[in-house]
Formats: sequence, C-alpha cells, structure tokens
Amino acid sequence: MLIQSTVFYFFSAILVASALAMISVRNPVHAVLFLVLVFFTSAAIWLLLEAEFLAITLVLVYVGAVMVLFLFVVMMLDINLAKMRAGFARYLPVGLLVGIVMAVEMAVILSRPAFDLQKPQAKPADYSNTQELGELLFTEYIYPFEIAGVILLVAIIAAITLTMHKRTRAKRQSPARQVSADRAERVRLVSMDKE
Amino acid sequence: MESLNADVLMALPEVFMLAAASVVLLIGLYTGRASETLAYVLSLAALITTAVLVYSTSASSESFAFGGMYLNDPLAQAIKLFACVTVAAVLMYARPYLQQRARISAEFYALGLFATLGTLVMASAHNFVLIYLGLELLSLCLYALVAFVRDSRDASEAAIKYFVLGAIASGMLLYGMSIMYGLTGSLDLAGINAYLAQSGANRIALVFALAFIVVGLAFKFGAVPFHMWVPDVYQGAPTAITLFIATMPKLAAFVMAIRLLNYGLQELLADWQQMLMVLTVLSVVFGNVIAIAQTNIKRMLAYSAISHIGFILLGILPGTDFGYAAALFYTVIYVLMAAGTFGVLILLGDREREMDRLVDLKGLAKTSPWFALIMMVLMFSMAGVPLTVGFYAKLYVLQSLVYDGWLSVAVLAVVMSVVGAFYYLRVVKYMYFDEADDVFQVQPSGLAQAVLSVNGLLVVALFIFPNALLNYCVQVLG
Repeated sequence: MLIQSTVFYFFSAILVASALAMISVRNPVHAVLFLVLVFFTSAAIWLLLEAEFLAITLVLVYVGAVMVLFLFVVMMLDINLAKMRAGFARYLPVGLLVGIVMAVEMAVILSRPAFDLQKPQAKPADYSNTQELGELLFTEYIYPFEIAGVILLVAIIAAITLTMHKRTRAKRQSPARQVSADRAERVRLVSMDKE
Repeated sequence: MESLNADVLMALPEVFMLAAASVVLLIGLYTGRASETLAYVLSLAALITTAVLVYSTSASSESFAFGGMYLNDPLAQAIKLFACVTVAAVLMYARPYLQQRARISAEFYALGLFATLGTLVMASAHNFVLIYLGLELLSLCLYALVAFVRDSRDASEAAIKYFVLGAIASGMLLYGMSIMYGLTGSLDLAGINAYLAQSGANRIALVFALAFIVVGLAFKFGAVPFHMWVPDVYQGAPTAITLFIATMPKLAAFVMAIRLLNYGLQELLADWQQMLMVLTVLSVVFGNVIAIAQTNIKRMLAYSAISHIGFILLGILPGTDFGYAAALFYTVIYVLMAAGTFGVLILLGDREREMDRLVDLKGLAKTSPWFALIMMVLMFSMAGVPLTVGFYAKLYVLQSLVYDGWLSVAVLAVVMSVVGAFYYLRVVKYMYFDEADDVFQVQPSGLAQAVLSVNGLLVVALFIFPNALLNYCVQVLG
C-alpha cells in the first residue's frame, strides 16, 4: 500500500509540475515536450489503476503519434513569441487569484469524505484488461462506440473541408490519360529531304 | 444476437440518418460539385424519411434499448420530429444563399445531416456518455459549418471563438459528469436518480458536480454569464449558418437540459433551481438591455436569442411538468421565429450586399411589402405581442412560474419583455416609417420564399390554434 501511494504521489507531482511548466515556459517546443511528459506520467498513474491497455494506448497514440505531429507543426510554424506573451504579465495576477480561489474552494469541498464507493478488488495477474475492454466495447457499449466513430468521421470531414483548396492551376499527372495515350499522340514522323 | 437486432430496429432513425449522411458524403466525393442538386434532394429525402421513421416507432411509453442507454419516449420522438423538420427548412433557406456565393458542396449537406444525427442521439440519450457524445457530434459539425466560408475573416474568427469556448464548455460538462460518476457510481440517468433518492450521499460534493454540469449546460445554451460566444458567432458566421445555429441546436439544448436535470438529477431540484434562477434572471435582463444598443441586426438577434434562452430556462425553473411543457412550447416557437427572421435576412441579401445592419431594412415595406409584413409579424411574435404565437409562448412560461410561486421572477420577466419590445419595434419602424437609403431589388427565389411564407403564416396560425401544439407538449412531457 505504501509503495503504491509513494508511486502515485511521485507521478502526480511530476504531472502537476510539468502541466504548470507547459503553460508557463517561453519556448513552444519546450511546452510540447512538457505536454508529452504530462501524458507519460498520466499513463503511469493509469497503470497503477490496473488500466494497462489505456495506459499503453495513451503513450502510443498521444505521445507517439499526436504529440510528435504536433511538435512538427510547432516547429514549422513561425510563432511570434513576443506577441503571444503580450498581456501575460498583465493578466497573470487576476488569473492567479481566480485560480487559487477556485483551487481552495474545491479543496475545501472535496476534502470531506465524498467518494464512498467501494474500491474494486484487485484482479489476478493473468486478467486481460484488453480483452475485457474489447468485449464491453463491442457488446454493451456498441452504440456509444459507433457514435464515437461517427464523431471521428465528422472530424475528418471537417478538417478536409476546411483545409483542402482545389487549385485549378496546379500541375498534376493524370494516370488515365498517360495510360491511354497512343503512338499517334506522341510521335510525329516527318519525312525530310536529305541535306 | 437477437436482442441486438431488436435494439438496432429501435434505433432505426439514427441508423438510417447515419447511412444517409454517409451516402450524401460519398456522392460529393465521387461526383464533385456538379452533384450539389442531387445531394440537396437526397438530404431532404433523408430528413423526411427519418421523420417518418421516428413517427412510426411507437413511443406511447418509455422503452429502452442497448442496455438502458437508448431511451425512446414521446419527448425523444417530439424532439426528433421537430429537429428533422427544422433542418429541412434550414437547408431550403440556406441553399440559395450559399449558391449565390458559389460555396456550396455536398459536404455542407453531409455536415448538416451529421449535426441532425447528433441531435437524434441526444434526444434518445439515457446515459451521460451518450449525452456527451451526441453533444460533441452536434457541436463539431457546427464548428465546421461556421468556418465553412473559408475566405471570410469574420467567419474564421467566429469559428475559432466558438470552438475554443465550446471546448471549455465540454470540459466543464465532462468534469461535472465525471465527479457525478465518482459519487454515484453510475452513468445511467436512472441509476444516478436511484442513488440520489436513497440519500445518505455527500450533498456538498453532489452540488459541486452539479454546478459544473449546469455551467456546461449554460455554455451550450448561451445563457448569461456564459454567453460571450453567442453575439460573435451569430454576427461572424454566414447568415445561412447563423440560421442553422439559431434554430436546431436549441432543441438539442432543451432536451439535454430535461434529460440531465429532470431525469438524472431530479433529486437535486432545490439546488439547480437556485443556479437556474441566476442564469434566467441575468439572461433575460442582459439579453434584452444589450440588444437595444446593437446596430448590426445579427448581433441584435443574438442578444435577443440570449433573452429567449432565459425564457426557456424560466420554464424549466419550477421543475413542474407544465413548466417543462411550456419550455418545450417556447423552444419550438422560438425555433420557428428565428428560422423566419434569419430566413428574411437571407432572402433579402444577395451577392453584393449582406443584410446585416439594422438600417439596411429601411423602407423595406415599399420595396418588398410581403417580406416586410412577414418580418413585422416575426418581430411582434418575438416581442410577445398578441395576434402572434410569441404571446402564448411567453404566457405559458409565466403561467407555470406563477403556479409554482415564482411571482417576482415572473414580474421581472414581464418587465424585461417590455424593454425588449423596444428593439423589435424599432425594426418595424425602420421598415414601415423610414425611407430607403438606396433602392434594391429582392431576387425572387421560389422554394425558399414559399417556405418563408409558410413560416410566417404559422406564427399567426398558431396564435389562433395554440392548444394543438400546447396539448402535444403537455402530453409529451406528462
């Protein structure tokens, strides 16, 4: 129990610290890297909850794919740091005040015993988290699962509609025309006099 | 396996809508811009067919599917029917507008249908997960639609604001839902209600979760003080898209509020009543007062929408069946009025000019008397003047408040309605008593104009027969 708590607080501390660092560092690339750390430590905490599949997915999908792509975008973009920073110092006191007041209020409310639900029994070592999730997703939760799929489809449609410009002047190959070209179109035999 | 088939049969409207939206999308993909007409006709057919499917599923009582996640009851049926009809009308209005600007494609219709699917899902949701997923599906389509006209700076700005604030709202809602889940151990609305009923729970923590849920709800409704996105989005979005945002999502927001507050959190009635009271009073007051200062008609209608949202929430406030019915009645009537008003603005504008300043309406009675007449009827209806159905909508909400003893709130709402009448009547004054600055010819555009006429006549006809709709609303929420 003690080890579990120690591990939990260790990762939680890193998580909170890197989340704070993420929103306060000057360099956007560093901010992205701190976000990666946030995801990574969250995954570690999920592991503690015996949610191995979700933890691994979080690392694979978010850290491995999404954040790397995001890092590329941040590096490609020419972000004016001074402009983004403008007003940070001005709004900081108000934001800090609101944040602290909210945090204290939440702490006061949630410090009483609120979550009195029973802790689920620890599962044996050969228990397959992935299989259970899969079974639930495709039976009991099939309806929300499909709807989530539709949301992803809409996200794809939206992204493509908003970003794809059909350039009429762009030069591109037409494989069909290339294949159907015959000799008459390409070669012209000209008979010339000898010189 | 057999039970799954029964479940799918029950959710047939949703399944059909998903298939239809995908077909429309594929048509756009393979036939390009030329098939816009085909996509349009198919979308209308899909909406009508879905409405018929909804109507044909018997929902005389509550019936569940997918392990209690999907609920089919008269309320779900009513919201789905209204949503399908509304979206069909919106497409008919929006088409000439977008065509004139040569920006329409099959994706527009596909996104519209997916947004409708989101509303269908929300209408039948009996589980936090599904409420959230339906909401996200709807919102995501709306964000994309606002940015649909890519070369407009205003539209892009509006889309970003809408997206960021919408994401914050979703975050709030999810945070509240997750705490509620942690407290009650259930995502199912009935399960939550059962847990709350057997009491012994930590009340402060429950109210804490409730606060976040109500904040998320208020954000999506656009109630003061969570209204900042409404004026900017209404003004920045192309008028056809504003029309979409102003109408159908209000039905979705209403059903979400009823499901969350009445089905799931009924036991916390006393707590959410206090929160709703603050929201309603602020919305009715600020919406009406700030609208007076607007010179842009879309922005004015946005603040007017905020005050109407206040009225819808006033109906929910007492927590009585009649109050809910009055709120549903108000929502439907508001959707009708908003569709008509933005429809007039759409039809009056053309490629060169957008009708978005109030002064653009000057002298409209001379240039196109029929449009001016419809607009006048709609403005009177929004103000709640008798001879239009807007009067009954306000009356029923106020009745439900007075029955339950919320006298002071009702009086305040009446006073603010009178204040609101000022800016509605100013529009009428511009149209009928001022000379036009420049002469312009309104392009006739067959179908949309016919829809607008029906829309305007309904506002008057429902004043004569309000009981037909009211009885339906009472029966649905009884």
